[in-house]
Amino acid sequence: MTVLLDNLGLYGSAFVGTVELFLVAAVGSIVGGLLLAAMRVSPVPILRAFGAGYVNVVRNTPLTLVFFFFAFAYPRLEIFDLSFFARACVALIIYTSAFVCEVVRSGVNTVPVGQAEASRALGFTFGQTLGSIILPQALRSVVPPLTSVEIALLKNTTIAAGFAVFEAGGIYQNLSERGYNVLVGLLWVALGFLILVIPLTLLQRNLEQRWRVAR
Amino acid sequence: MTAVLYDAPGPRARRRNLLLGVVGVALVLAVAAFVIYRFAVTGQFDPDVWQWILYKNIQLLLADALLNTLRAFAVAAVLALVFGAVFAAGRLSDHRWLSGPATAVVEFFRAVPLLVLIFILYFGVSRGLGINVSAFTALVLGLMLYNGSVLAEIFRAGVVSLPRGQSEAAYALGMRKTQVMTNILLPQALRAMLPTIVSQLVVVLKDTALGFLILYPELLYQARFLGSQVQLGSPILPVAMVVAVIYITMCLLLAQLANYLERRSRGRHGGPDTDTVDQERAKLTGLAVAPGVSQGV
Repeated sequence: MTVLLDNLGLYGSAFVGTVELFLVAAVGSIVGGLLLAAMRVSPVPILRAFGAGYVNVVRNTPLTLVFFFFAFAYPRLEIFDLSFFARACVALIIYTSAFVCEVVRSGVNTVPVGQAEASRALGFTFGQTLGSIILPQALRSVVPPLTSVEIALLKNTTIAAGFAVFEAGGIYQNLSERGYNVLVGLLWVALGFLILVIPLTLLQRNLEQRWRVAR
Repeated sequence: MTAVLYDAPGPRARRRNLLLGVVGVALVLAVAAFVIYRFAVTGQFDPDVWQWILYKNIQLLLADALLNTLRAFAVAAVLALVFGAVFAAGRLSDHRWLSGPATAVVEFFRAVPLLVLIFILYFGVSRGLGINVSAFTALVLGLMLYNGSVLAEIFRAGVVSLPRGQSEAAYALGMRKTQVMTNILLPQALRAMLPTIVSQLVVVLKDTALGFLILYPELLYQARFLGSQVQLGSPILPVAMVVAVIYITMCLLLAQLANYLERRSRGRHGGPDTDTVDQERAKLTGLAVAPGVSQGV
């Protein structure tokens, strides 16, 4: 307990860092995932192929490798001088977008074929069919799994700590410098993550129950 | 399904699609060209930063690193499967005193980030308790606890997704609880969940890369080491590219196996109800009900 109380400021700022990184990456990955999903169901074959290729490659790349690239290799390219926080966000967005895309795409697949056929019969274009008919209905089956992807994203923010962004996973280094018990310190970090993850998990289960579509 | 979202394109739509396609390709190519240009400008394609690939010692070093990665993967995968089987059985038990703790353990290890687990095992236990834990042990145990918990859920979902008639018939034949589980439910559940299990193994393989952060000498660790060698021209980008190709190829192969198993199980009639299986799978992997193997994040 003393480890936590003595370092309350450290824990506080570290978990704020975690939440900031999570929020930025969550919004970014949802936008990116939606774009990719739109590509994957679009009438333009080359965009479909690009979307599929991106998802297949990124899903099979370790996140640590993506971080490795942004932490060590990106500065060598001398493109823009991004802060570490920005690079961590980009790495998380690139990785998580692929998973969001799959969630959205499989959600689109749960909408009965008749809905799309009816909207085509009414003369809707692809954009209108997707935007006004399919996506609003797909939302119900997308949101619960989307929550699990974002929970995974929250847990993945710890990898940024391994590459030295100042957030919750990085606490142990500070603690060991200050001479506190690292094991106890890390157990508090784990507890902090439980406190962050459990409400999201409960929310996800609740949504899953309430929004289950009877078809 | 995707083909239902739009009509067969007429002349105008074809023109529009062509335009969109050209614009899309141009955008992608522009980004790719910019990145390649930056690579070229910063000298990443110079022959001397690629020279290392010809050195026998470095080839052996990388082969050794690959072996370390695979060793961690193999041990962690086997342990995770065992852990998963034990805790799935625990969760399915009729005894409260067994299913309660098993559920708590599984939920706990699924909620704690894997990296924090590994850090607890490596830094926490070794510095806090004074027990010497090697990087390999910490990595493998962490992978076992996390992926084993996910696998426990997968096994359990496989059993739950079987039609009730299966166990009812077995009980009617006079089988005991253990017999029903081992002879009737588990074989069917395993077959139904095989694609998901293999997908989870892809996650294990991907997560061995976390060993880099606790200095386990696997591929990324050696990549960092080689990349910082000034006499080789600090070839961090070339090495990272080679390592990326190795990782992605291994994971893609494993994912392909999962895809193949999925297609095969779909083509077969009988066995558990595929819809229920899909739903159970979807809950676990976080992907909505859809064909195609879903993969954990």
